[in-house]
Amino acid sequence: MAAATETLDTVQSVTQSGYKWGFETTIEMDFAPKGLNEDIIRLISARKEEPEWMLEWRLKAYAAWLKMEEPQWARVEHPPIDYQDLHYYAAPKKKAGPKSLEEVDPELLKMYEKLGIPLKERAILAGVDPDTVENTQIAVDAVFDSVSVATTFQSTLRKSGVIFCPISEAIREHPDLVKQYIGSVVPVADNFFAALNSAVFTDGSFVFIPKGVRCPMELSTYFRINARNTGQFERTLIIAEAGSQVSYLEGCTAPQRDENQLHAAVVELVAMDDARIKYSTVQNWYPGDSNGKGGIYNFVTKRGACRGDRSKISWTQVETGSAITWKYPSCVLLGEDSVGEFYSVAVTNNHQQADTGTKMIHFGKGSRSTIISKGISAGHSNNTYRGLVRMLPSATNARNFTQCDSLLIGDQCGAHTVPYIESRNPTAKVEHEATTSKIADDQLFYCRQRGLSEEDAVGLIVNGFCKDVLKELPMEFAVEAQKLLAVSLEGSVG
Amino acid sequence: MLEIKGLTASIGDKPILNGVDLTVPPGEVHAIMGPNGAGKSTLGYVLSGREDYTVTGGTVTFNGINLLDLEPEQRAATGVFLAFQAPVELPGVNNANFLRTALNAIRRAHGESELDAVQFLKLARAETKRLHMPDDMLKRNVNVGFSGGEKKRNEVLQMAILRPKLAILDETDSGLDIDALKIVADGVNALRGPEFSALVITHHQRLLDYLVPHRVHVLANGRILRSGGPELAKELEKSGYAGMIAEAA
Repeated sequence: MAAATETLDTVQSVTQSGYKWGFETTIEMDFAPKGLNEDIIRLISARKEEPEWMLEWRLKAYAAWLKMEEPQWARVEHPPIDYQDLHYYAAPKKKAGPKSLEEVDPELLKMYEKLGIPLKERAILAGVDPDTVENTQIAVDAVFDSVSVATTFQSTLRKSGVIFCPISEAIREHPDLVKQYIGSVVPVADNFFAALNSAVFTDGSFVFIPKGVRCPMELSTYFRINARNTGQFERTLIIAEAGSQVSYLEGCTAPQRDENQLHAAVVELVAMDDARIKYSTVQNWYPGDSNGKGGIYNFVTKRGACRGDRSKISWTQVETGSAITWKYPSCVLLGEDSVGEFYSVAVTNNHQQADTGTKMIHFGKGSRSTIISKGISAGHSNNTYRGLVRMLPSATNARNFTQCDSLLIGDQCGAHTVPYIESRNPTAKVEHEATTSKIADDQLFYCRQRGLSEEDAVGLIVNGFCKDVLKELPMEFAVEAQKLLAVSLEGSVG
Repeated sequence: MLEIKGLTASIGDKPILNGVDLTVPPGEVHAIMGPNGAGKSTLGYVLSGREDYTVTGGTVTFNGINLLDLEPEQRAATGVFLAFQAPVELPGVNNANFLRTALNAIRRAHGESELDAVQFLKLARAETKRLHMPDDMLKRNVNVGFSGGEKKRNEVLQMAILRPKLAILDETDSGLDIDALKIVADGVNALRGPEFSALVITHHQRLLDYLVPHRVHVLANGRILRSGGPELAKELEKSGYAGMIAEAA
């Protein structure tokens, strides 16, 4: 009978799918020895052919890190991390730096194909006119372990004055820009993980959008952790000069492994007068298996500074992966009438732990911020929203609206909301709304009675719950994010 | 052909159905009437597979398939549709998207090709037009912010689009004005055909003026007390259930 066969197929696909990005690519790697000390930092700096000031900056960060302790306030638990048991540098072995895709290891390109990364420069090299396809194109900076492998579309971007390149290249080619802005939003000693990143970061992306330029395409980075026992420490810096606009998407995957892998990134955004930066993240690092073994520890510092009047920074994140997520993309609203936005979907299943949220720091007169957070917990997971809204004395007529919704699936999981609100200006307005709900049995039955499988029903209800956030994602990624939500929650009911 | 034999079911320890025997031949519309608490809604839920109820005995087959062995979505795929007495709200889920997902799930189960968004909208718009419903019904979130009447009409729209072989209407007429009542009746009448059966649970004779049943059954204390033609509904309207129940006891 057709219906029974269908169900069998569904059950099979559900039990077999697991983490579909869990493959390892065999490429010869160039490792630094395990452990962290000044010599390792010098080695990283030397491998990157960095100028002296960069090395000094790193060493300063390292000195600060040595005096710091891992933060304990987040609602996450993990065995102690042995920072001396990690490789801080791993790069695919290569002859010289790849200048074009032809020089890139074909194994690598094959892996990106598996990941579905649109390295469409191949198409363009094959004779497609870039001007006719430009608007639907996405420029990709792919970070494979520690080294940025290929940056597509560089030449098209250059035409409009946009710089989009690996940060290691920017340090060599545009030292004045990097020197001026790096660490200006997230200081080296900002927090334990940011200090660690500042000392040992190996790659990441650099974006510079000149005055008045609207970046002609979506910029995108794909991070992938491949090698064993390596931490991935990327550093991203995006500068939008007055009147410019850019939309940036970061996607992440990692192969399936038993041991935990550390990831501690820093992202800094700077928006000047009337500039707009939209930063979207789809994070599906390996979350560990259903017993909580393995998975990525994701300790990330992301912060944007709205330095100019009427500037706007918008964070959108869909977080479905990692064993532990510790992440608070924030906005410092310095400019008058500047705008900060945070749209977040965080899904935890099995034994995942997420402690995520945002900080909106209002300095500017008339600055506004919006926070929409959707947390979904299933299995034995814990999902915490932690947010800070701070109105400083200068923030006359500033406003914030916060909406935090939690959805629980099953009765073994937890949802927690920890909002901090500080207002030191009597004209500032702060609104906070929060709800917690469960997927009701009658909702599931209603969907199933109409013919939907239980998994599809959960997917549909969860996507409905997250709609306000998903609609903020760039079109190309909204569909991917929806599928990701469904995959992340497979096996969470019944 | 729906065949229910000796069906008993309970919720928790409380027996609700105490041996229901009922046969609905293909092409026929049967009405189920009865006092409050008789087990009418329970019968609808048990036929469609709601897990809160435990079937303690008896059999239910539909076109030769043992329904009690199937999950709710598998029953839907065999053509069972329940129009809910209290339709459920799905916040953020677009009605058109919901219906297309449901229709495609059923089509897949039958080995038919799925409809894309354009094909589906064409079909759905034709149905809203035929049922005199505004197109924005499709754009709104499933039952969210719908009035009681709109929710019931949405059930009829879903039924029209999913084209079931066995429609169970659980008091779909309750709380409806006369115009809405006609829409419900039209919705069922449009599906009538040699392969379509319906069980219409209702308290009121009025619906049956527009939706004339082949048979009327009286359900009380969890079993079928009496069966008859459409005239039985008219008789009940006059004399009520009390006398009939006393007579049977």
